[in-house]
Amino acid sequence: MAKITYIEASGKEHVIDAPNGQTVMEAAVKHAVPGIDADCGGACACATCHVYVDPDWLGKTGEPGSMEQSMLDFANDVETNSRLSCQIKVSDALDGLVVRLPKSQH
Amino acid sequence: MDEIRRVIIIGAGQAGGETAQRLRQGGFTGEITLIGEEPHAPYQRPPLSKQYLSGELPMERVLLRPPEVYTHENIAWLKSTRAVWIDRTNRRVRLEGGRELSYDALVLATGARPRKLPLAGADLAGVHVLRTAGDVDAMRAAFVPGAKLVVVGAGYIGLEVTAVARKLGLDVTVVESAVRPLARVTSPEMAGFFLDEHTSKGVRFVLGGQCALIKGVDRVRGVGLDDGQEVAADIVIAGIGVTPDVALAQHSGLTIGNGIVTDRQCRTSDPAIFAIGDCASRPMVHYDNRVERLESVHNAIEGAKIAAATILGQAPPAEETPWFWSDQYDLKLQIAGLFGGYDHTVLRGSMADRAFAMFYYKGERLIAVDAINKPAEFLGTKMLIAKGLSIAPDILADASRPMKELVAEAQKTASQKT
Repeated sequence: MAKITYIEASGKEHVIDAPNGQTVMEAAVKHAVPGIDADCGGACACATCHVYVDPDWLGKTGEPGSMEQSMLDFANDVETNSRLSCQIKVSDALDGLVVRLPKSQH
Repeated sequence: MDEIRRVIIIGAGQAGGETAQRLRQGGFTGEITLIGEEPHAPYQRPPLSKQYLSGELPMERVLLRPPEVYTHENIAWLKSTRAVWIDRTNRRVRLEGGRELSYDALVLATGARPRKLPLAGADLAGVHVLRTAGDVDAMRAAFVPGAKLVVVGAGYIGLEVTAVARKLGLDVTVVESAVRPLARVTSPEMAGFFLDEHTSKGVRFVLGGQCALIKGVDRVRGVGLDDGQEVAADIVIAGIGVTPDVALAQHSGLTIGNGIVTDRQCRTSDPAIFAIGDCASRPMVHYDNRVERLESVHNAIEGAKIAAATILGQAPPAEETPWFWSDQYDLKLQIAGLFGGYDHTVLRGSMADRAFAMFYYKGERLIAVDAINKPAEFLGTKMLIAKGLSIAPDILADASRPMKELVAEAQKTASQKT
């Protein structure tokens, strides 16, 4: 279980208890956090679950894979800390994770 | 339209579920009733023929949202419930059992029904279709190593099931009446690639094969072909397409073509009734408003966004380029655009590398791409088509320059012209 804080582009925060084994995307979608669309449901097929990982957490979330990196190249307003949240698996190590959401996924 | 206070959504698949969610997210405070024939809350269908069948994803992760969310958001979700009649004059929907509900706006998200094999023996135990979680639950016990599976129909569902079955150690034969797999949905070149891929994984294909009957006494034993051959089978799965579920709409006199006909706002011929998802067709703005019925997650979500926005009196979002994906073995196919009517193709990369893109052109216009393990080519093309831009075939054929660069160049050239 990990407590994850999602911060909308407007600044609004959502704190969610995410179960291990799910992804950072799934926890957000299941709690209807606005700003993560995840159209493909986590198949790494659409790039609509883009998040900015808080710099303090980059070491814990790891690097994007090559498919993910190619997708991110076409997401909106990409930064060096951009990830697709469907590719980040929740574990105890991510307890306290903070991610920020872009203005738009489309 | 008068003030909308009561919305009824018939069909609790992804299109119906998303509509309910987006109405609430958009601030709708009236009544929402979501009527679904299945016992499950709205869920994603794509994993059914992939990770749900393989057992990698449990049902709770296939659900779009936990069932209790509907209670929290005051959405009346009627599960295992059939709507049987629409009274358009009095704006009422009748449910099986006789209960009637009134609506100000009605959304038809009735989806599609899988075609059943029109053959003797098709009712035998062990013969399945794949459309719902229940369908997968019914076939899963037979997915044991060494079992003989016959897949009838080499479309995306048939090939996805084939890939899962091979990974689980089943012996698979695919019977397809056309001369190649994926005949209706992609080019001969791509069909050849998938045929080689599956053949190399030990799948047998009977192409141009017509099934004559399903053999067996209590349970399926084999599939008889019209040339007299018999293919042994412990389990048969028909993936021969779907028929849009238009019965309710048709009985109530709505205009039907290829599915329920709607305009760009997803309105049917009755302005109080919308139709979205697999059951409906609408003009494709990126394709000269050609009317198409798309069976895809993208179309289900887009229809939900448009119908919800229109009911809320808001401007609907700009339509995306149609897109689709299929996972088979370690291949991710991503499709952007509609390839129908193409006159030539360009290959970027090499099929032997199992990472390439096939682009489709109509004259000088780039209309679609099939990308295999090439997400940049998929997303880049999706963006170009949405903006009405193309890249010349000889430039795309040069795989030494990154897609990102080519797309940026095309956008820059376009902005200089305006």
